[in-house]
Amino acid sequence: MSETLRNFANTYLMWNEGPLIWGSDVLILLTIIGIVGVLTYFKKWRWLWDEWLTTVDHKRIGIMYLIAALLMLFRGGVDAELLRTQLAIPGNHFLDAAHYDQIFTTHGTIMILFMAMPFIFALFNIVVPLQIGARDVAFPYLNAVSFWLFFFGALLFNISFVFGGSPDAGWVSYPPLSELGFDPGPGENYYLLGIQISGIGSIATGINFLATILKMRAPGMSLMRMPLFTWSVLGACIMIIFAFPALTVALALLLLDRVAGTHFFTMLHGGNPAMFVNLFWIWGHPEVYIVVLPAFGVFSEVVATFARKRIFGYASMVSSLILISVISYFVWVHHFFTMGAGPDVNTFFAIASMAVGIPTGVKVFNWLFTMWRGRIRLSLPMMWTLAFIPTFAIGGATGVMLAVAPADYQYHNSYFLIAHFHQTLIGGVVFGMLAGMYYWWPKMFGFKLDERLGRWAFWFFNIGFYICFMPQYALGLMGMQRRMYVYPADMGWNTLNLVSTIGAYLMGIGFLFIVAQVVYSIRHGERDLTGDPWDGRTLEWSLPSPAPHYNFAVIPVVTDRDMWWILKREGREEELMPRPEEVKDIHMPKNSGVPFLMGVCFFVGGFGVVFNWWWLAVAGLAGVLLSLLSRSFQYEEEYSLPAEKVIETEISLGRL
Amino acid sequence: MAVVERELKRVAGRAHQEGPLQEDAGRGPLEYRDPHQAVKIFGFWLFLATDMLLFACLFATYLVLRTHTDGGPTAWELFDIPGFTAETFLLLTSSFTGGLATLAMRRDRRNQVLGWLAVTMALGLGFLGLEIKEFAADVAVGATMQRSGFLSAFFTLVGTHGAHVTYGILWMLMVFIQVARRGLTMQTARKVFTVNLYWHFLDVVWVFIFTVVYLFGVVM
Ligand code: HEM
Ligand SMILES: [Cu+2]
Repeated sequence: MSETLRNFANTYLMWNEGPLIWGSDVLILLTIIGIVGVLTYFKKWRWLWDEWLTTVDHKRIGIMYLIAALLMLFRGGVDAELLRTQLAIPGNHFLDAAHYDQIFTTHGTIMILFMAMPFIFALFNIVVPLQIGARDVAFPYLNAVSFWLFFFGALLFNISFVFGGSPDAGWVSYPPLSELGFDPGPGENYYLLGIQISGIGSIATGINFLATILKMRAPGMSLMRMPLFTWSVLGACIMIIFAFPALTVALALLLLDRVAGTHFFTMLHGGNPAMFVNLFWIWGHPEVYIVVLPAFGVFSEVVATFARKRIFGYASMVSSLILISVISYFVWVHHFFTMGAGPDVNTFFAIASMAVGIPTGVKVFNWLFTMWRGRIRLSLPMMWTLAFIPTFAIGGATGVMLAVAPADYQYHNSYFLIAHFHQTLIGGVVFGMLAGMYYWWPKMFGFKLDERLGRWAFWFFNIGFYICFMPQYALGLMGMQRRMYVYPADMGWNTLNLVSTIGAYLMGIGFLFIVAQVVYSIRHGERDLTGDPWDGRTLEWSLPSPAPHYNFAVIPVVTDRDMWWILKREGREEELMPRPEEVKDIHMPKNSGVPFLMGVCFFVGGFGVVFNWWWLAVAGLAGVLLSLLSRSFQYEEEYSLPAEKVIETEISLGRL
Repeated sequence: MAVVERELKRVAGRAHQEGPLQEDAGRGPLEYRDPHQAVKIFGFWLFLATDMLLFACLFATYLVLRTHTDGGPTAWELFDIPGFTAETFLLLTSSFTGGLATLAMRRDRRNQVLGWLAVTMALGLGFLGLEIKEFAADVAVGATMQRSGFLSAFFTLVGTHGAHVTYGILWMLMVFIQVARRGLTMQTARKVFTVNLYWHFLDVVWVFIFTVVYLFGVVM
């Protein structure tokens, strides 16, 4: 008995791996006990189930995405600090090679798939229906399914750390390195299944929001009257629909290689590893634009609002958005110029890569022209937007340098690249999502986040960001490769690495200030009683904060772009207030527990596959199938909210 | 038709679906008259686009690995012409009968819908039976998906299609039960339509498999 237990503890709980794992095990256990205890003590289980786990309200789903994204930013951030700590001094033995590999793998994967993606989905959910004057998304039930698939996919990926071992083949996970022969153990399976499950959810989100934007807009809101954030979501959704199936296939085939013994990407029996690399980046490059386009959308909203001006060049903003999404499908080879596809292929992809810079440049100039002679208010969303511009300019310039194929033979996989993509991903996506979070926070929760603490966070994060990543450009040019876990003292890299690590810590402190800011503001944050704390321009600001769960008591008729702004200028806000005689019964989608249970089944099935425990895998899969088919028999999907109830609510909100 | 009329009234009474959706409300074929159902059909088209891309990636992989037989069985040696011709015949016919089910649905003929759905499922099962027989025969001569890159790609591409067909039959069975129980309403009409859309889509994919995998396989 004790023998079996010891074996179990060593194999699965990795008990002999040392204090990092023990600490995590204990922490996780304490957290679980804490959560269960609090929920039980305050008798909140029913509330959790009724109000959150079964909800199909897009605003609540958005909030759950946001919480998950912030938690994952924390996890990925801790990984980053560990990596940078290891690299702070030469010949360091804080982490060993195996751990370093695992940590950069989980860091990259989590940041891109489990932090950036849910963060943009949070804003999709919170903002889009309100901006287009809709009651909900096109498929509220599917929306809940998407969230729970993301959630359980991320959970599956994350538990690898304490149960069986983390993946270690990099976030791109190239075969043959990631094949069973070179990479035994469950880590890589966790990677494949965690991403696969959440990826299915992402495809569903893409479909859902594309249908929402195309079909659910309020009357009068033509495409060219749509707010730019919604436009950016439209672009991102089209890209999700076109890109994610390639990832699905790449992951599925690699999984087959690992669990079914096929030969898609092996070195033996006719496999072709390069095919994985192609499939991966056919998804992978568009992916970086999928996460950055919504950030561009946020900047467009924020710049117009805080400069109190109409956005400059709306039509060119829209067309550059579309151009970016199209061109980004023709650049994927720039991730492996050195694979040797030949000069013709490399030339084509080099030119296409540089071409993306043009529409992006158009957008940056439009933001600048919008600010020109505007009366700018430096609130937090605007500060993050301003910080984004120089960052992205540098990131863009180094991107063009990397796109020069012959030169890339020098920078490839060096710290130059690491600096470049962090500059664009952090400066673009993280800054953008934070700006968006600050901007729409009052709409979500009814209070503003504290400005003073937010400024501390801003400065720590920004200064830290430059201190962390600027030295890495130099390190790259000096020959330091990415994914090195240790380096000798005589390379001349010592000072720059130390500086870089200090920068990373400053960013970590910045993050802690954000946490402090949220905690502080829950009590002391300025309450938003008007619903329009920033003097906004688009429809969501015509609603109270937080918006009632049916959003609009009466669907507005849209007559202008920036309609709310125009109505305010002309003193016609009344037009967006409901009149009692116009309020009718509202049909709302019913809550459902099935999406959550489907997520659980996916989790169970995925877990079974990770360890090749087939009985478990089959059980999970059967559950998934059952939940899919059971939906077919669900007819009463909606309930009716009587007009009197709506009127009552509107009166209590002071709108009637 | 009375059911439909009653439902149309209900739909028209809803304040819910204003906007671009509203414009066509109450017009067009049965499955599109309720804007609620129409938007679901639109979403389903988007899903089909993603599924199409998924197959496109599998096809690309197959084309890359087609010749990577590693000294093992080749397409020419394995593919059984009468077998895959019969499969094709069954599936194409089932697509046709599925279309007849949709037509019957638009004419509001419940029993005909049920009949054609049953025929479609039977033909689909026949297709599956032949495919399983083909796979079993391949495996029996040592042509397993572990044998070579080519066979991995072959079994995965054709097998993914087969899995789709299996799911399609299950789903059609659910729709069958619902039409039998509830008759043709706005909702069941939409379901008859979408399940057949799915079925036609699988047919189109099969035409590509037939050409790219089987015909190229035995010709080249
Ligand atoms: C606090 C900020 C961050 C710091 C200090 C940081 C630091 C690092 C470090 C040290 C590495 C490993 C480099 C190597 O050894 O090759 C790395 C890799 C990576 N980071 Fe970050 N990072 C940060 C934020 C982010 C964010 C926000 C994203 C994406 C949205 C991101 C995406 C990645 C990716 C994709 C990799 C490559 C992983 C791999 O090699 O497979 N990082 N980062
Ligand atoms: Cu790229």
